[in-house]
Amino acid sequence: MEKNISFTLKVWRQRGPKEKGAFKEYKMQDIPTDTSFLEMLDILNEQLVNKGEEPVVFDHDCREGICGMCSLYVNGHPHGPSTGATTCQLYMRKFKDGDVITVEPWRSAGFPVIRDLMVDRGAYDKIMQAGGYVSINTGGVPDGNAIPISKEKADLAMDAASCIGCGACVAACKNGSAMLFVSAKVSQLALLPQGQVEAARRAKAMLAKMDELGFGNCTNTRACEAECPKCISISNIARLNREFISAKFKD
Amino acid sequence: MWLINSSIGRKLVMSVSGLGLILFLTFHMAMNAVALFSGEGYNMVCEFLGANWYALVATVGLAALVVIHIVYAFILQIQNRRARGSERYAVTAKPKGVEWASQNMLVLGIIVILGLALHLVHFWSKMQLTEIVGGHEALVYQGLAIAPTNGAALIAINFSNPLTVAIYVIWLAAIWFHLSHGFWSALHTIGWNGKNWIKRLEVISNVYTTIIVIGFIAVPLLFLAQSLIDSNFVLEYVKNTL
Repeated sequence: MEKNISFTLKVWRQRGPKEKGAFKEYKMQDIPTDTSFLEMLDILNEQLVNKGEEPVVFDHDCREGICGMCSLYVNGHPHGPSTGATTCQLYMRKFKDGDVITVEPWRSAGFPVIRDLMVDRGAYDKIMQAGGYVSINTGGVPDGNAIPISKEKADLAMDAASCIGCGACVAACKNGSAMLFVSAKVSQLALLPQGQVEAARRAKAMLAKMDELGFGNCTNTRACEAECPKCISISNIARLNREFISAKFKD
Repeated sequence: MWLINSSIGRKLVMSVSGLGLILFLTFHMAMNAVALFSGEGYNMVCEFLGANWYALVATVGLAALVVIHIVYAFILQIQNRRARGSERYAVTAKPKGVEWASQNMLVLGIIVILGLALHLVHFWSKMQLTEIVGGHEALVYQGLAIAPTNGAALIAINFSNPLTVAIYVIWLAAIWFHLSHGFWSALHTIGWNGKNWIKRLEVISNVYTTIIVIGFIAVPLLFLAQSLIDSNFVLEYVKNTL
């Protein structure tokens, strides 16, 4: 049932990476519960622009839950209180009339704030550039099918590949660790024959990059898994550990 | 050196040293369990270990494990705090499926160290340390000299104090929480993986941890109960062990 709700938004406003930020409160009146969270922010921004104020800066792109651009730490959860969904798939029906909704950017040394709620997730691109690829031509679709791959392996690789690189794992982690992301990216290739050739080099290179960029050490709290919009399992982390440790023992 | 420079290497050190300590706890609990049935049997274990060369070698190894585990814990904690960034979240919520213990391992670890310090004063300093420095009595209880290998008497004397027993119970509860996360997490860090195995490892570590902690708690509780029921129990028990 659609209805309208009114609530208070506490939004983090920060003019630049080096400037000090602070929360600012906005009263939102009569927002339909079928509005998505990002549409609600669009409404806020329209009001701000009409009043001649600076709109709130936030990342978004496809608004279909597949691009990994939207972020936002809503009421203590990356991507808000919905599970298995990105912020763009969060709807106002998750909130009640009179709520105070706190919206913060991802907070991690690896993801510095650019402005307001937008953070620089370039660190993930750097980790991918360090080894998140195969250097050989795997050919077209028929060639791909010519190599037998078990259903089990294919499923695990596909599950790992569903990572959209949004950074919610780092945002959720009390250690600021990017292990869920790195392990998903290592797993999606290491599970398949095309990716196995470079598996050891890849695990070492991507992990070294992750450490270099200032992400923390994983302590298996499982917060990342719980908050991941794609429900990536931490068994990927164990796989990365094993790949990495066995690669180091072989050296 | 990858055990220092890489995050997985550091975690591997934590995990292997932690598993070593769990193995130690298993042996320690098994030896304590002897005291539940026979003070004489327990003292045979004490004599067998004491300050013999193999016990000393094992103690040095054990101390090394403890020191490595603690030093790495603090290094990791500092690095992880730094990785969190300078700004903290205003609102945080614990997501479903996150154990409380997993987010408070350092705090639990500190409680464990404090309990350990007291435990060393209660027993190790009176037993192995006394033997190392060449002493012949652990303490004098009501005019009776207790030998450093007379662990059973020390148990009876120490655990007749309800406050001591309360502290030991809190200490062991902290160990339970610490291990309930630490055990499966250590196996996970080594690379034992699989969607089914995660659940199995969690169950195995919870059951194993519970068995160990119950085995430990049984000794102080049994001796406290006996001393409360019979006020002459401790003196009689100590006389029997001489």
